[in-house]
Amino acid sequence: MNVWTGERKIKYESELDPTFGKRIAELYGGENLHQCIQCGTCSSTCPLTIYMDFTPRRLVAMTREGFRDEVLQSKTIWLCASCYSCTVDCPKKIKITELMYAFKQMAIDEGVYPKRFATPVMAHEFFKIVRRWGRSNEGILITLMFLKTNPFKLLKQALLGWNLLRRGRMGLKIESIKRRNELKPILDAVEKA
Amino acid sequence: MDYLYYPGCSLKSTGRPYDESIRAVFQALGLNLTEVEDWNCCGATAYMAVNELKAYALASRNLALSERQGTANDPKARPEVVVPCAACYLVLCKAQRYLAESNGNAQKIRDALKVGGLKYKGKVKIRHPLDIFVNAVGLDTIKARVTKPLQGLRVASYYGCQIIRPYATFDDQTNPQSMDRLVEALGGEPVDWPLKTRCCGGSLTGTIEEVGLRLSYILLREAKKRGADVVITACPLCQFNLECYQDRMSQRFEEPVELPVAFFTQLMGMAFGLPENELGLQRLFVPLRPAVAAQEGGQHVHA
Repeated sequence: MNVWTGERKIKYESELDPTFGKRIAELYGGENLHQCIQCGTCSSTCPLTIYMDFTPRRLVAMTREGFRDEVLQSKTIWLCASCYSCTVDCPKKIKITELMYAFKQMAIDEGVYPKRFATPVMAHEFFKIVRRWGRSNEGILITLMFLKTNPFKLLKQALLGWNLLRRGRMGLKIESIKRRNELKPILDAVEKA
Repeated sequence: MDYLYYPGCSLKSTGRPYDESIRAVFQALGLNLTEVEDWNCCGATAYMAVNELKAYALASRNLALSERQGTANDPKARPEVVVPCAACYLVLCKAQRYLAESNGNAQKIRDALKVGGLKYKGKVKIRHPLDIFVNAVGLDTIKARVTKPLQGLRVASYYGCQIIRPYATFDDQTNPQSMDRLVEALGGEPVDWPLKTRCCGGSLTGTIEEVGLRLSYILLREAKKRGADVVITACPLCQFNLECYQDRMSQRFEEPVELPVAFFTQLMGMAFGLPENELGLQRLFVPLRPAVAAQEGGQHVHA
């Protein structure tokens, strides 16, 4: 039996963030947000829609209306594989893929991404590795990601790792740039700017 | 012709056969490749998700290094940099456009480069090897170089997402043709395959496996159904997803999925008669040689 708990499924307008849509529209790639005609082309062209909690079309509508928390906590933004189908097909030229990037950055900044969900964890580990070495190291990245999300899956990956290793498609040595002392100030300067 | 070369991180590990076959094929065509000195990560999809400005800064350092190296002997030169990885290609093109626009953030990136003793004036041209083969070298020249035509070999060309979307600098966004025409020039038979630009799952195969696997499986099943002997790709991640997870796909979808998935440059090298170890063929999980050998010297026998 369902028990009524007093929870509402619909928000009052006063609970929304009315500036959210405006702030997103001001970002690079957000310029056409308010042109959306809700045609749903993005949702139908996206190969991942069926796995999402909100379709891309709905996410755009929610953004404009100020459903900030729901948008930033959605799984949708972490399922986007950046294939750019929506961006290319959108009749109003809304750069939906860029919007997804903006949401991901905000969700990471605010720490509201789904915990132990592998995509944001990988993005974060990737960021740290590149910041340190200047290059990505796929083996280390995958290992760290599984350790922080689901260590049991690491065992399953061992065979794949071995198959790559013996074919020379994964190295044990860390790839690094030579002038790390040139890259670091560049990244630091962007941070301060 | 001299080109600068930006291999990117993947071509130093999982995409190593792509790196090897590109170098071999460029050499066979008399084109000179010089690696961009001390290049760093392009700023890729994952970096973009955490911090956009830093991702652009990473990409911009590569552009600045390329410009400095390519104009060292001739300040008026317009260096061309070859970028084979689809993700790197997209990110570098994106950064190029971003810097060309006069927005405040572009200035922040220029200032940051200055801190590292670098500057970028926008002289570099970013090109994908497929673009170079089809539009700079030309299919006639390639045809003339073929010594072992891929007679009867049915090839499904997989373009993936990021070399044609969102910028489409050298081919159509929904129905690209350049790789199919290249296959014809090599003597092979292009397979009509409408999924050629549908996403393989990208990094989802590593993060949310059940979702990524399904996306890759859809592509392979359709390619098989349409009679492909081999799928060729122009992206290290697409190749990795489509090839290295075939055992897991077979298990999960209870259907044997086995199809050679090679880099398009490996197939070019085979048609040019280059030694197999120079093309990294020994590094493939599903060997390519039997599929090619079955067609040599005769027409494909339809089962």
